[in-house]
Amino acid sequence: MLRLDDVSKVYRAGAFGGRELRAVSGVSFDVNAGEVVSLIGESGSGKSTLGRMILRLTPVSSGAITFDGTDIRALRSPKAYYRQVQGVFQDPFSCYNPVFKADRVFAMIKDEYFPRVAAAEWRERVEGALRGVRLDPGQVLGRYPHQLSGGQLQRMLIARAVLLDIRLLVADEIISMLDASTRIDVLNLLADLRAGGLGILFVTHDLSLGTYVSDRTVVLRHGSVVETGPTDLVFANPLHPYTRSLLAAVPRLHARWDEEEADPGETPCPYHGSPEGARTRPGLAEAEPGHFAACSGCAEGAGAPRKLAKEKA
Amino acid sequence: MTTTPAVTEETPVPAVRREALHFALRNGKLVAGLVVVVVFLAAAVVGPMTISYGPNDYVGPAMAAPSGEYWFGTTMFGQDVFAQFVYGLRSTFLVGVLGGGLAALIGMAVGFTAGYRGGLVDEVLNMITNIVLVLPALVVLLVANAYLGVRSIGVQALFIGLTSWPWAARAIRAQTFSLRSRDFVDLARLSGVRTPRIIVREIAPNMSSYLFMTFILLFGGAVLVAASLDFIGLGPTQGVSLGLMLNNAARWSALQLGMWWWFVPPGAGITAVVGALYVMNVGLDEVFNPKLREM
Repeated sequence: MLRLDDVSKVYRAGAFGGRELRAVSGVSFDVNAGEVVSLIGESGSGKSTLGRMILRLTPVSSGAITFDGTDIRALRSPKAYYRQVQGVFQDPFSCYNPVFKADRVFAMIKDEYFPRVAAAEWRERVEGALRGVRLDPGQVLGRYPHQLSGGQLQRMLIARAVLLDIRLLVADEIISMLDASTRIDVLNLLADLRAGGLGILFVTHDLSLGTYVSDRTVVLRHGSVVETGPTDLVFANPLHPYTRSLLAAVPRLHARWDEEEADPGETPCPYHGSPEGARTRPGLAEAEPGHFAACSGCAEGAGAPRKLAKEKA
Repeated sequence: MTTTPAVTEETPVPAVRREALHFALRNGKLVAGLVVVVVFLAAAVVGPMTISYGPNDYVGPAMAAPSGEYWFGTTMFGQDVFAQFVYGLRSTFLVGVLGGGLAALIGMAVGFTAGYRGGLVDEVLNMITNIVLVLPALVVLLVANAYLGVRSIGVQALFIGLTSWPWAARAIRAQTFSLRSRDFVDLARLSGVRTPRIIVREIAPNMSSYLFMTFILLFGGAVLVAASLDFIGLGPTQGVSLGLMLNNAARWSALQLGMWWWFVPPGAGITAVVGALYVMNVGLDEVFNPKLREM
């Protein structure tokens, strides 16, 4: 359904635009209908930029993003595209125009896409969508954004996307603002939607959430893919040192950081240590079916990857 | 806010208007400013109708102090200062509204387009803005006046409007720049809303008090520019304005002669109108911005 092919984003930096800043370089992956792909990476790894490019909010520097085989840059009507592809952003507070009531986001959808739906029926739909994200319609409708909490605003944005009956959702850190009890509700809602054929690109820095919801995982670092594959394979057998350190950094309930097992030491580079025939994608070697990993930085002499677990301890 | 159609299904348009009106009427600053402006506007509209002679007719004794017959006294030549004042208010309001309004319209169109579109459009519009900004307006007026030879309040307002918009455009452009990167603009784009509608319904309401303040400043600026144009003899050949009154008073040494009634009314009139508009602006800010309302 959605395909990214060697997508890059380059920003001009410096006083006179002389330097280049590569936010995203050469990223390729697919999102199919009814599939959840989680895009994992630390802050500044380019995951939000990717999300914005898929939503046509930021132009692509090179490469192509295609939806159902059409390049989204060539689309004549972005409106029809947004009928099928929607996004929920990281910061719910800035997603609402502070001058207007929060439920204006629903009115906007109605004005643009459902002008003929009767007011009463629309109201039903909005309330249904709100209940779907465990919100009490009476509590959130008719309020100003600053009167609602971040979690409520975030769930209203999810309800807004649900109203449109979309096929692809770009969910950028949508869980981060929610507290633990509503988190599971929203995740279950996403699972229901997925069962209905919705493809979800789940952008997150939280690995445990990534494993919980996703079918496939794309690990992003400094704008490029370091490891990608089916989530169970990636998590059971992380090949790239960065993925490993990310996994080691997940806090566990019953273990303290200092009880962590010792570093396994040097491992062969997943790309340069692989047989030539396995290097099926540019810069990525296929270790298991569908499980790709990039060079760990051995060729550049970048040294060992950062030990996230130890740094945070 | 009142121009926006239904915000939600349960609050139809009248309810939204009623709510804005509710907050507007409870706001002391807005009401006080509005009262002052309305009083002067009423004086400008109704005043001239009650006077049977023209503002420049020599009707009374020269240099008479305010009295029951001549409320604001008379000038050096026996013209009624009150008559001049109400006629002058009329042309002052007219120049302010037309000139300031035209400048605000051009400034908003240029500022919003440049700020929202960015890139090449911004470069070109910014270049035009800067050119007009450094244009010696007075010299251009002298030349234009010599060729056109038309002198009326309308032409004066047109000229003021065409030369005083650049700073407004720059200010609005800067504000638009900061607002267009906010997520709610992206969300509107994701909702399939078109660019002009995003500007009018998402960005402009966020700076409505800013826009109103721009208009007030342009209004005040237009009044002052009109006064200085009158002074160099490029004002309307017929009639009177508050600026013209001030200049006449200065020219005939009203201050030195102790004829305070000649220059105080026009000066106080300009100050009161522009000042009241400022106070209104602060009040409007509180009405438009729900965060400033007391809850």
